[in-house]
Amino acid sequence: MEASRHWRLKQERYTLMGEICPHCKEKIFPPRDFCPACGEDARNLFQFSGRGEVYSFTTVYQAPAGYEENAPYTIALVRLEEGPMLTAQLTDMGDETVEIGMPVEMVTRRLRSDGERGMLVYGYKFRPQLARAISA
Amino acid sequence: MTDHKVPPILKPIRDVGIVGYGAYIPRYRLPAREVARIWRAGGGGTLFEEKAVSGLDEDVITMSIEAARNALARAGIDPDEIRAVWVGSESHPYSVKPTSTVVAEAIGATPHTQAADWEFACKAGTEAIQAAIGFVGSEMARFALAIGMDTAQGRPGDPLEYTAGAGGAAYLLGPAEISLATIESSYSFATDTPDFFRRANEKYPEHGERFTGEPAYFKHITSAAQTLMQAINASPSDYQHVVFHQPNSKFPQRVGRTLGFKPEQIETGLLVPLIGNTYAGSALVGLTAVLDIAEPGDRILLVSYGSGAGSDAFSLRTTELLPERRNQAPYTQDYIARRTEIDYATYARFRGKLTMK
Repeated sequence: MEASRHWRLKQERYTLMGEICPHCKEKIFPPRDFCPACGEDARNLFQFSGRGEVYSFTTVYQAPAGYEENAPYTIALVRLEEGPMLTAQLTDMGDETVEIGMPVEMVTRRLRSDGERGMLVYGYKFRPQLARAISA
Repeated sequence: MTDHKVPPILKPIRDVGIVGYGAYIPRYRLPAREVARIWRAGGGGTLFEEKAVSGLDEDVITMSIEAARNALARAGIDPDEIRAVWVGSESHPYSVKPTSTVVAEAIGATPHTQAADWEFACKAGTEAIQAAIGFVGSEMARFALAIGMDTAQGRPGDPLEYTAGAGGAAYLLGPAEISLATIESSYSFATDTPDFFRRANEKYPEHGERFTGEPAYFKHITSAAQTLMQAINASPSDYQHVVFHQPNSKFPQRVGRTLGFKPEQIETGLLVPLIGNTYAGSALVGLTAVLDIAEPGDRILLVSYGSGAGSDAFSLRTTELLPERRNQAPYTQDYIARRTEIDYATYARFRGKLTMK
């Protein structure tokens, strides 16, 4: 059990909380307290919108420990609309097929459980953007 | 029962209303005919079309987070102003460790907040709304968030399996003057009636067959609705919409007729044929479908029912703020339209009825 690590990462995992560089305005995810673009200190929090698109993807059939129950599942490189790229599971695909460039949105889901007696770990995944069924 | 000189209704000092609301219904649907096929029940699929089923990575925590985000999007307030995050459910993922702290963290309401999980069978969510009205109405808090959400349990082969669905809704309660619907008054009616229960550590609930009808559902809903309407001098014809707890289609339609409501007052909020009985989410998600289409000035009667047993009744009136606010988040019908049919085997896998060890 890695309760301390899960606890430390909860804000970025639950809500896509990243950082913005006060010097060059680069938006940073995951947060790392310095700017990968200009190398300066960057500790100002920035809330990402959660919208992005699939840059690339692959399907996992042989899942690592803790993720077996979800297999097979698709993980994707998602380019957030604010710029950064991250890796995340896709979810709620139903019978839709994944395509490069597909618009996706962040949802907070159960990532894994540390066994029957262990803690439940929650974090971001991405799903196809929810469509409006009726017009406004 | 004693005769009350002062009506026993619940009315806060400061007027309270719904500032934001949000629904959540998962994507997957299990048709009733699939349950009937497996358990070889003749004609079992006639009363319900299908029910919503949560995916492998969903539970009351994740579903509450999405509904709460929708409610916040409609309210347009800073989550740091929320002083209570309360989640009512029969399916909290942990026995000990609150659902509400995860939800509060995920929506940015921590740390200056009260957080608690509520239990009262299918009315745990409206119970949380009653408490939130008290919190806001006493000026202890400007905003309080109440959620009713479930991934409902039903034993394989039990009649409940046709209906036990997944979904619910979140309501952000706040001052009436910035609300999309004001709460005119509310009332709670509770007795010790053992119609349906689940013992600690049991996976599936037990129900009292015919006992779940007359002395339980019908008596409590009828008493709650009539007492409230009488106290505020309202009659069924004053309401454009009415939403009851909906364990099936028949019960809410029948209780509506008994009380004097017409089918067209019930139909918008009657979602059970499409998503099943979402237990603590049932009446609350029905109300979201009504708020999605109601006109400003409409009156809505909401009456929940929770086994064990009790009913909460609320008289609501929508405001001019509703039409603009409702466009800030997905409609309930958007979630209903997002639909992927699954077979019984997939359902068994999704709901943990197949174990890998």
